[in-house]
Amino acid sequence: MTDTSETIFDIRDIRVTFATPDGAVEAVRGVDMNVKAGETVAVVGESGSGKSQIMMAAMGLLASNGRVEGSVTYRGQELIGMPREKLNRIRGAKVTMIFQEPMTSLDPLYTIERQISEPLRVHGGLSASAARARALELLKLVHIPDPERRLKSYPHELSGGQRQRVMIAMALANDPDLLIADEPTTALDVTIQAEILGLLAELQKKLGTSILFITHDLTIVEAFADRVYVMQHGNVVEEGKTEDIFQRPTRDYTKMLLAAEPEGSKPPVPDTAPILLDANDVSVTFSMPSGFLSPRFELKAVQNVTLSLREGQTIGIVGESGSGKSTLGRALLQLLPSEGRVVYQGTPIQGFDRAAMRPYRRNLQMVFQDPFGSLSPRMTVGDIITEGLLVHEPQMTRREREEAATQALREVGLEPAVRNRFPHEFSGGQRQRIAIARAVVLKPTVIVLDEPTSALDRSVQKQIIALLRDIQARYRLSYIFISHDLAVVKALSDYTIVMRTGRVVEEGPTGDVFRAPASEYTRDLMEAAFNLKKVLSRQASARA
Amino acid sequence: MLRYVLRRLLGAIPTLFLVITFAFFLMRVAPGGPFDRERALEAKVLENLNRVFHLDRPLWEQYFYYLGNLARGDLGPSFIYRDFSVQQLLGNGLPVSIQLGGMALLVALLVGSLLGCIAALRQNSWIDYGVTAVATFGITVPNFVVAPVLSLIFGVWLSMLPAGGWGGPSSMILPVITLALPQVAIVARLIRGSMIEALRSDHVRTARAYGLPMRMIVGVHSLRAACLPVVSYLGPAAAALLTGSVVVETIFGLPGIGRYFVQGALNRDYTLVMGTVIIIAVFVVIFNLIVDLLYAALDPRVRYD
Repeated sequence: MTDTSETIFDIRDIRVTFATPDGAVEAVRGVDMNVKAGETVAVVGESGSGKSQIMMAAMGLLASNGRVEGSVTYRGQELIGMPREKLNRIRGAKVTMIFQEPMTSLDPLYTIERQISEPLRVHGGLSASAARARALELLKLVHIPDPERRLKSYPHELSGGQRQRVMIAMALANDPDLLIADEPTTALDVTIQAEILGLLAELQKKLGTSILFITHDLTIVEAFADRVYVMQHGNVVEEGKTEDIFQRPTRDYTKMLLAAEPEGSKPPVPDTAPILLDANDVSVTFSMPSGFLSPRFELKAVQNVTLSLREGQTIGIVGESGSGKSTLGRALLQLLPSEGRVVYQGTPIQGFDRAAMRPYRRNLQMVFQDPFGSLSPRMTVGDIITEGLLVHEPQMTRREREEAATQALREVGLEPAVRNRFPHEFSGGQRQRIAIARAVVLKPTVIVLDEPTSALDRSVQKQIIALLRDIQARYRLSYIFISHDLAVVKALSDYTIVMRTGRVVEEGPTGDVFRAPASEYTRDLMEAAFNLKKVLSRQASARA
Repeated sequence: MLRYVLRRLLGAIPTLFLVITFAFFLMRVAPGGPFDRERALEAKVLENLNRVFHLDRPLWEQYFYYLGNLARGDLGPSFIYRDFSVQQLLGNGLPVSIQLGGMALLVALLVGSLLGCIAALRQNSWIDYGVTAVATFGITVPNFVVAPVLSLIFGVWLSMLPAGGWGGPSSMILPVITLALPQVAIVARLIRGSMIEALRSDHVRTARAYGLPMRMIVGVHSLRAACLPVVSYLGPAAAALLTGSVVVETIFGLPGIGRYFVQGALNRDYTLVMGTVIIIAVFVVIFNLIVDLLYAALDPRVRYD
């Protein structure tokens, strides 16, 4: 593409403000951006940088308490303040969007055919049968298997990747000039992400649509975009060609983002280290009990997994969604019924009920993915941290518990004064620190960490990883670290288990698994995570 | 689907059996009997009456005798309205109650949905507050206040409508309004809440982003989802409405079956009470089934096999 291409989408000095009970919040503070015909532009930034709100404001989709100032023009037409009827002739036809949540962005109550047809009929005035034919054509274009049958399907019958393909089909239905993609692959597994990005690249080449790609993930930007805008706190801090930004970033924030990939590795523990948790042939089966005249339905979520966790060791469990990795973590801690044998320091604990497990719980702690959902919103941070002590150290006085909480908060790098505040006052990273403090205060020996960094920005992730490392070294803790994020597992664990559909595909010392993956599945996973550019260019050459 | 319906209907049999059994013995635990009067009957007369109605037999025998008759579709004679069988009483009253209840249900659905939608679309405006105020009023003011006030205003003062009695469509208007008012309020509140949620959902954002007109966003992509909580509320509500209301029937002097339930219980008219209990139980079972089927029709994620 040449610099002489026509600018089709031009954002000038856009400002977005939200009226909240605590006063006005400025989400976007005067941003300029443009997209030329046929170009792929990425907007990259961490959560809260305002990158999505610019697009929402441009397309008239702001929440009711949002206000926008400035100018957004599409081929010379001002979109801000345009009457809704007129705007409706542009959005969905000339400028279309796909969103982050493929699970909820489609209406669960209508068929795929109906949802792809609606914009065709509204904008193109197509008849029902013509819209149906076009919908089928579009599903073929986005490579959905068995497209005739899929027309009749409902969204819940499709996988996340397929739903995102349907969204892309909908977006391309009226041959748009510009496709705005708001984190379209964030909710997907890495291999599916590579497929979706490959598809977008292919379609762009074929149809010449411009793409405005919003993401927090620099790997995607590098592999996918021609030009990039870096955003922080509602401002664009740096912009330029992708190669220039990646090779010669000028701003500290950009440098920090580029360096935010988790680093380091963990040396293996000696074979002489005692085994703390020994699991043999663990299986978990979910079953729907047979009802009146209906047969029993079974799902084998985890099948015959064996692992031994030594003192000071971190076992990383990697897998895509549905691989059974979280279920395994819960089964090890006897949080759900399982088969097989689990031994903690010489005591078989499998099948222990709540009361029998209680003495072991303080040693076997867990930290969950969602730092927003896993802390009770109506308890103070101090109460959350000391709650476990009430059960496990009932003889402790109030003062002693307070001291323990203070100590735990210091360990995780928070001020002890935050004890009296509530979880909603903290950011995601701070909440995850609180969740870690809640586990650490009991002085456990084993912590199962279930995707503890997945909801966090890369830069915050890096801090949490450093914290986990630090605590592990100090207390000789053992971790079971569950994640779909290979980079984090590589940095944190010394032994890696790769799972797929409930089974172990591959395992070994982390260095070996990552250097020379033995199974094809692991190789695909690694390539999609660490070498997206190569995957995309291979896809492109395969099409050519 | 048919299999599911059959399974549900079969499953209803033990439910009904339990309801009948429980109601039968509960009735008999209450002190007194159908022939107790302020002035006691002559011993011989009472004995004869008891023999005719099998009340002189042991309780378990009476129970099986009742079940036996029921199996043949015989609800027995009324103990109080002695010229009528329970079938005749309910057969005459039920059409009245169903007409009134059905109309009230229709009004509740139409007016309630409309008000709820308007309130949701104009959230936090004076229209929204107005609807919420009307809804609160509708729920809090009891029907034994609404009915006589309506009757007084439109029947007596304005002489626009009959103040009571049964005959012709005009006589239905005031009772239907009385019955519908609290239901309108409840439906409006339910629709308002679920509609606000639906309008905020991601797929409605998609619909807006694709330039669909407002009527499609509301009518197609929000209302269907917003109906779901109303549907589940309507099951028990419809059963209650269609089986009559003692207050409305008494105040407007209507020949429905709602009053039989209360009168029967007070008079210890055992068979009449059992008859009404069975009708209500059957309605509840049927409407719960209808609700579940409607749910499956509205939401493709719900499937029965």
